[in-house]
Amino acid sequence: MVESIRLPAVQQHGGASPLRDSAAALQTQIASLARRIGRKTQFMEVCGTHTVSIFRTGIRGMLPPNVRMLSGPGCPVCVTAQRDIDAAIELAARPGVILATYGDMLRVPGRLGSLERQRAAGADVRVVTSARAALRIARENPQREVVFLAVGFETTAPATAAVIRTAESECVKNFSALVSHKLVVPAMRALLDAGDVRLDGFLCPGHVSVIIGAEAYRPIVDRYRQPCVVAGFEPLQILRGIAALLTQVARREARLENVYTAAVPPRGNAVALHLLAEVFAPSRTAWRELGEIPGSGLELAPRYCRFDAARRFGITLGPEVNNPACLCGQVICGRAEPSDCALFRNGCTPLTPIGPCMVSSEGTCAAWFKYAAPRPSAEAAS
Amino acid sequence: MTTAVASQTECVMLAHGGGGELMHRLIRDRLLTALRSVGPPRPAAHASNVPRAVGHRGPTLRRESCPAHTVSRGVLTDGAVLPWTADNIVFTTDSYVVTPIEFPGGDIGRLAVCGTVNDLTVMGAQPVAISLGLILEEGLPLETLDRVMRSVAGAAREGGVEIVTGDTKVIERRGSPPELFINTAGIGRLRDGVQLGAEHIEPGDCILINGPIAEHGLAIMSVRNGVEFETPLRSDAAPLNHLIADLLDIGASVKFLRDPTRGGVAGVLADICDDTGLSIEIDETRLPLSPAARYASEMLGIEPLTFANEGKVICVVAAADCEKSLSALRTNPLGRHAACIGSICDRHPALVELTTRYGGRRIVQRSYGEDLPRIC
Repeated sequence: MVESIRLPAVQQHGGASPLRDSAAALQTQIASLARRIGRKTQFMEVCGTHTVSIFRTGIRGMLPPNVRMLSGPGCPVCVTAQRDIDAAIELAARPGVILATYGDMLRVPGRLGSLERQRAAGADVRVVTSARAALRIARENPQREVVFLAVGFETTAPATAAVIRTAESECVKNFSALVSHKLVVPAMRALLDAGDVRLDGFLCPGHVSVIIGAEAYRPIVDRYRQPCVVAGFEPLQILRGIAALLTQVARREARLENVYTAAVPPRGNAVALHLLAEVFAPSRTAWRELGEIPGSGLELAPRYCRFDAARRFGITLGPEVNNPACLCGQVICGRAEPSDCALFRNGCTPLTPIGPCMVSSEGTCAAWFKYAAPRPSAEAAS
Repeated sequence: MTTAVASQTECVMLAHGGGGELMHRLIRDRLLTALRSVGPPRPAAHASNVPRAVGHRGPTLRRESCPAHTVSRGVLTDGAVLPWTADNIVFTTDSYVVTPIEFPGGDIGRLAVCGTVNDLTVMGAQPVAISLGLILEEGLPLETLDRVMRSVAGAAREGGVEIVTGDTKVIERRGSPPELFINTAGIGRLRDGVQLGAEHIEPGDCILINGPIAEHGLAIMSVRNGVEFETPLRSDAAPLNHLIADLLDIGASVKFLRDPTRGGVAGVLADICDDTGLSIEIDETRLPLSPAARYASEMLGIEPLTFANEGKVICVVAAADCEKSLSALRTNPLGRHAACIGSICDRHPALVELTTRYGGRRIVQRSYGEDLPRIC
């Protein structure tokens, strides 16, 4: 009953670093392109995993001053509307309910505390690393109601769809999902439609693109004339992606490019897309800060609606109330950086998070706090 | 009838903690038997000046000193007589509540002994004696208890220490599966001439570690989360006293030792910065990390520097002694992959800075609270 994951064979560590040489070559190429362009450029990495990788591997400090990476609305925790978190906390408090959640959601503050606090108060909240694990808990606890808090983009949604289909075929009656899945491309469109952040292109997420395919970004390129480059999360991939974006800007082009062809096909993963289409239907859903975006979420298709936890437990979503001093909503739209927020490092820390961007391991504020020195010189160090 | 009785005795019952015959038999037939089964502890290399616990002429735990209610001439007593004197006794205690109690590369018993031996060792002491307090939940299979006790005995032998006294309690079962908790205390004798402490650290000193990091934390997390890696990740739990003796005996200027357990390497380095006001620079390419551990931590989205280790030690040594210290560590199997991962410097503010495998730079901090796997 365990997930088996293939890992590379053990090699010797240490020694020379060919990675450093490759990164240095790309850094030189990026610097040359940035000089040629001459003006400030701003690209948005849509995905939180890109954000963390950029900070964690020191890429941020390797870029020239006129190349700026902005974080986008691609962290599943950060974009989850507060009212969805409140609903999860309310559900967890119900007698007989086991709430299964990805670890990142545990500490996100809602109006009524957090799932972590709810757990400390006696609620049965269990951390899982997969939707399948949540279904396993349901099978092992037939006398309890197991609710899976289903968050994430197209990377995690197919797994939710698969277990719901399995639950249906196996007639698992005590399993349901509080679905808060979101779709990446509608959020990118909503951001561009808002028109208040000047962008020179998007670094498109690797994992999501494995599912939806590179061609999914074609409307962004064609309609908005935005360069889109799909890249994986390895630092060399990211550097290649940035170099590709700068090349397009230098040539005044807006093309769809894929530097992650090893994993991302043009049309995506047909099996996963079919699964999504069968189990879910696109829905109008609320995003933190971005508000309600038509067609940007997923809800269970009529055939599977009995697995909808909100319906099963009669949960009514409350009002969306966010702390007005918290700039998380602005941060995920590229309108503000964490250091612009008066709460950042000043009351809002990973120990005492006020907004979701400080909670999530993929959150922009958490990445700044964790990897960037609290002084301008260190942030610019290279 | 026989079957019914047999099945009742296959797991811990509340009655095992009642102080009666059942408890007596549990201790005599299982706990003490397990601890005696592996013979005497392996003597510490280079430790001839260290007093041993109780008249040490034969197999350990046979006469005056015995585990889990000291046996003296066959009678269970409440303590151990340790007839040695020393001016600088180091004393430590720790509790072990790890879940699951058995994991790849070890179990709670091995962890308890290694943890206590290492806590004494990084203080500059040669461990001498350990106590073992067992808290057993009813329902714990006795077979599991036997395995844990054999593991305790094996780790004690590896570390060359004696388990001289102990205690056993049985409590009601609180969850599933039933668990077992261990409290240990350990005493050791401070080695002559050893002066360890953050106050001795200076700019230019080198930071060494004896091998690949993060494997204990990853092994535990993978079991807890039901994730199995094809290349198995095993706990590195090991007693480090012989390894440290190898290092201290060469006369190198060793200034600071710490085992990076919970909080990992990042936690220890951050402590050094806090305590000294100095900065640290480390180089990711020098950091021993197996590819399996690297990929597993990337997949879980957690920094390997913050994962727990149970068989690693961070040593701060004078720069002039860096190479010979590394050589000393590498002569011991537990230090075969020892590396110098960075150095102390005096930049301000006091931060740990890492040069990544890609040539970028970033800071390293302690983890905050419980490490949780990411969503995608």
